[in-house]
Amino acid sequence: MSLTHQDVAQIAKLARIAVTEQEIEAVGHELNTIFGLIEKMQAVNTDGVEPMAHPQDEALRLRADAVTETDRRDAFLAVAPQVEAGLFLVPQVIE
Amino acid sequence: MIDATLKAQSQQLALHAISSEELATQYLDRIEALNPLLNAFISVDREQTLLEARAADAARARGAVGPLTGVPIAHKDIFCQQGWKTSCGSRMLDNFIAPYDAHVVEQCRKAGLVTLGRTNMDEFAMGSSTENSWYGPTRNPWDTAAIPGGSSGGSAAAVAARLAPAATATDTGGSIRQPASHCGVTGLKPTYGAVSRYGMVAFASSLDQGGVIAQTAEDCALMLNVMAGFDPRDSTSVERASEDYTRDLALPLAGLKVGLPREYFAEGLSSDVARVIEAAIAELKKLGASMVDISLPHTELSIPAYYVIAPAEASSNLSRYDGVRYGHRAAEYRDLVDMYEKTRAEGFGSEVKRRIMVGTYVLSHGYYDAYYLKAQKIRRLIANDFIAAFNRCDVILGPVAPTAAFNIGEKSGDPVEMYLSDIYTLSVNLAGLPGMSVPAGFAANGRPIGLQLIGNYFAEARVLNVAHQFQLATDWHRSSPVL
Repeated sequence: MSLTHQDVAQIAKLARIAVTEQEIEAVGHELNTIFGLIEKMQAVNTDGVEPMAHPQDEALRLRADAVTETDRRDAFLAVAPQVEAGLFLVPQVIE
Repeated sequence: MIDATLKAQSQQLALHAISSEELATQYLDRIEALNPLLNAFISVDREQTLLEARAADAARARGAVGPLTGVPIAHKDIFCQQGWKTSCGSRMLDNFIAPYDAHVVEQCRKAGLVTLGRTNMDEFAMGSSTENSWYGPTRNPWDTAAIPGGSSGGSAAAVAARLAPAATATDTGGSIRQPASHCGVTGLKPTYGAVSRYGMVAFASSLDQGGVIAQTAEDCALMLNVMAGFDPRDSTSVERASEDYTRDLALPLAGLKVGLPREYFAEGLSSDVARVIEAAIAELKKLGASMVDISLPHTELSIPAYYVIAPAEASSNLSRYDGVRYGHRAAEYRDLVDMYEKTRAEGFGSEVKRRIMVGTYVLSHGYYDAYYLKAQKIRRLIANDFIAAFNRCDVILGPVAPTAAFNIGEKSGDPVEMYLSDIYTLSVNLAGLPGMSVPAGFAANGRPIGLQLIGNYFAEARVLNVAHQFQLATDWHRSSPVL
């Protein structure tokens, strides 16, 4: 497997990381080296093996549907890059 | 006092031979003198530390004390701590003052432990050398040309240089054990689920586990008593009765069966490390342990499986850094997507970007089965190897890393070469087992080498027992670098 220039641009887009035209080649080379390592997995037969998502295969706990958190709105807004009227501010999305 | 263990310091505090404020001041002065050289700490706040120390002294005067009240420790900069910058080694969080405490920090506060500062680390814990920090690399106190290991390199270097008697740390693929080995200190990565991940900045959630680095196994046990325990705020925290991790320290090792995985002593292990591990085996035999030949046949596959699973989980976890609710935001942007892309391009370092992109790809449409699902199946095979091995032995022993610490800059240009050095530590995280690194000797060039001990699920007390008995018979853990 070898990622093309276009593949790398698409991955960067999906990952929401700006990669310049100049960087793409170097990034692609690094990713291809990493995938060369990862490809070693394909040599192993894993037919019938149950995938392991997690060290403890336990069901998630349920809790009572009750309010457990206190209101810390001001503290959490204080660390945001831009806020207005108690809301997180982002560039206009809908014209 | 700066050479004293956590245990010895708690005894001196109990005898009123020293106050917490005096003890903290000794460390703060030493950090001020040595941190410009070592870069083990990202943040130090003398006023805040002394405030905590005075509160601990006041609590002692009132008689409201636990075993570790007033002892100062450092926190890895990955645990959210209210009022402290929690950067995770990243420019992305350089401006982030945590508005709440991680469970681990909360437990330490309740125990009366005093915060000396926040230790350096590979950005978002991704790395094996602490070179991937936005704040620059940490240097190994034994040889400042060498890396301290990573990602908890700041915590390991701080304990080795006696800038703190103990430090919290995290281990996703070896990030406690490998720096502990490279810095000649003792590190414990508990069973997955033993220590709450609440407030611990997430890297790969099914692998991340909080733990501790200290001078001795006994100190690790004392710290784990504080840090471990069920926390409903972490959905993977395991509900079990609390235990005293010091309870088995004194048990003799006669009759102990130690498994030696063939695959850990094969090609790739340096002669320095092989010599040190062989001497440690001889020492354990003298203590009455017997060695059992075991096999962990899928060891080599832990590298590709880990470097699929960890990046996949990272790409998902790190999607939260979007410049909206906290952390860095690019100064100029055209629209929302442009803001995301520039914010993330500026905020993340190159290794973090690489792993996010690997993870994005392996989870993308059409590739999920070939990569992520395949890696999860291999993960099962690796866990099964350990389950079979523990039918034949009590603990598993091997090297932590193939070599002693390499030089700063030596592997930073080649990510894959760096990944390959994680061969002996990754499978423990994939399986979710507890593991330790215990100082066991030195390479010919004077750099420390640790011994890895791996236990069965929730067998921390047993692993700590073996490490403690080894430390009663040896003095590698007492050596400290000349600074």
